[in-house]
Amino acid sequence: MKLKVHMKTATLALATTALAVLASPVLAEIKIGSTLAQTGPASFLGDPEAKTLRMLVDDLNANGGINGEQIKLIMYDDGADPNKARTFATRMVEDDEVVAVIAGSTTGATMAMIPVFEDAGVPFISLAGAAVIIDPVKKWVFKTPHTDTMACGKIYADMNKRGISKVGIISSSGGFGKSMRAQCMGLADASGIEIVADEVYGPKDADMTPQLTKIGNTAGIQAVIDTGFGQSAAIVARNFSQLQIDVPLYESHGVASKSFIDLAGDAANGVRLPASALLVAEILADDDPQKSVVVSYRDAYEAATGEPVSTFGGHAADAFNMMVAAIERAGPTDSAAIRDEIEKTTGFIGTGGEVNMGPNDHLGLDLSAFRMLEIKDGTWSIFE
Amino acid sequence: MSEFLQFLFSGVTVGAVYALVALGFTIIYNASDVVNFAQGEFVMLGGMSTVFLYEAGIPLFPAAVLAIILTSIVGVALNKLAIEPARGASVVSLIIITIGASIFLRGMAQIVFDKQIHRFPAFSGEQPFVVGGATILPQSLWIIFGALAIFGALYFFFTKTLTGKAVLATANNRDAAKLMGINTNFIMTLSFAMSAGIGAIAGVLVTPMTLTSYDVGIALALKGFAAAMLGGMGRPLGALVGGLAIGMIEAMTAGYISSEYKDAATFIVILAVLFIMPNGIFGRSAIDRV
Repeated sequence: MKLKVHMKTATLALATTALAVLASPVLAEIKIGSTLAQTGPASFLGDPEAKTLRMLVDDLNANGGINGEQIKLIMYDDGADPNKARTFATRMVEDDEVVAVIAGSTTGATMAMIPVFEDAGVPFISLAGAAVIIDPVKKWVFKTPHTDTMACGKIYADMNKRGISKVGIISSSGGFGKSMRAQCMGLADASGIEIVADEVYGPKDADMTPQLTKIGNTAGIQAVIDTGFGQSAAIVARNFSQLQIDVPLYESHGVASKSFIDLAGDAANGVRLPASALLVAEILADDDPQKSVVVSYRDAYEAATGEPVSTFGGHAADAFNMMVAAIERAGPTDSAAIRDEIEKTTGFIGTGGEVNMGPNDHLGLDLSAFRMLEIKDGTWSIFE
Repeated sequence: MSEFLQFLFSGVTVGAVYALVALGFTIIYNASDVVNFAQGEFVMLGGMSTVFLYEAGIPLFPAAVLAIILTSIVGVALNKLAIEPARGASVVSLIIITIGASIFLRGMAQIVFDKQIHRFPAFSGEQPFVVGGATILPQSLWIIFGALAIFGALYFFFTKTLTGKAVLATANNRDAAKLMGINTNFIMTLSFAMSAGIGAIAGVLVTPMTLTSYDVGIALALKGFAAAMLGGMGRPLGALVGGLAIGMIEAMTAGYISSEYKDAATFIVILAVLFIMPNGIFGRSAIDRV
């Protein structure tokens, strides 16, 4: 009797599976793969990115998809672990057979996945920061976020304008901080900036007053750059204000979120940083080409998640919108054609700025994509 | 001179943070010879619970007290659900259980709270005191005096109270302690509650300075553990001195030599000390404790 029941269940299950298999080809689907750091140390990047992608896919599918075909988002969580990212990359290529990929919250995860997608010939838009991802140009790899080189360039341009030339750098020993320090050092000579002090701290340190005291006492210092982000950048800003160092503090684009102002409190006032237009959607001029893009993304994101918008989610939105535009032009099945169309993206206005890609430029942003901001009375203001 | 004072203030503040974490290790270690690797998570829970209770509208002080009680309950639960069922297992197995517990607590904190970084206002404002050209925040004084107060309380507990002595007796020989009429199960539960409570107090005190997030416990526990080892595991005085010593070495190295070598200098000193005194500065060898 028992056996019979089991048999019945098994037959039923088989039948259902068979039905499902038969049914699936009827629904044309465009499979886009993604693996992001939804949890783990880089979850402040991966979490808004993943939420943005889900929101945009649901929106697009509800509105009829791309030329009537639905998008299927295949999503993994690599926790910013490059090993996991690479495993998921292989799975997306071999098992899921995705047509294109938007992935990689961190530079480490991105670099681990690049060989997989280069070999398989799958277009890959990365959401990670470092310049090394697209420099040198790799055939199948693109990215949307600004690079740390551009952040330094923007800071130096602002300093040149204000007659600042002697600068102290305090950098986090984490990957992001190290990379940005190297870029700022490399760019200094060409920009007429002299680095007169150079100190480091650990990303989890509780107090940076010794380093800042040394920098503050350096003869002739005119400004300080901090290359940290998150917790440590907030502590640097607090220590900086505690020591009453009387020069401007420039932070990296990594602190460009409302939480930095909350964490640093009054100490945030006077801090300058390069950031994308998304943060200052409110105060952009009405004729600014980015205004409508950033306002609509921000409103949609905040309505869908109930959380304040961050630049990181914006990078995912830009990647997705560029991808969709490319698929519309190239058709939904041919990865190589989609790659060619992504490379032809020009005049695309995203949350990160105006994107003009080309065979030698898989990022397509220039310095104008950054706005120089200053924090005043606990909120952002444009500082041009 | 003002430079030296500034380095000194930094060293004492950071050292007191490490000491607060290190003090939390002493009770459980004294009761069971187990180094509780979930101690950093108790610190995190203290800070995070206070943040969320405070944001829910409870005034800071009651929120902090509530957070400390909640964390103590988590400590008791950890003992009842994970440590007690493994009774009779070797110390190494128990330590591995605490590592598992720390990963579990971190994961739960991500779900129950969130993954963002938080802080709540400092207890006595943000206006720094200026002393001899150097500055120190009021919160630093809270942390320093908090560490001293907990040290004093623990010292009193272990040397002057019967319960404290019962904790030490349980660690020395559980069977003998039982024969002497000590309820060893209760002692274990009590020691987990107290350790968690001290961890939570540390979390409440340091959060306005160091900020908090679900993963803040790892780094704090590492430095606190180093401080406890340097001073002598299980000795409240060792935790205090070890923590302050590490904070001081870090600040002075960063100030006078190079911030690049800050962590290296600390660990060289720890290695050197442990090489000469394997039980830490104030630790006694195991034989003495019989």
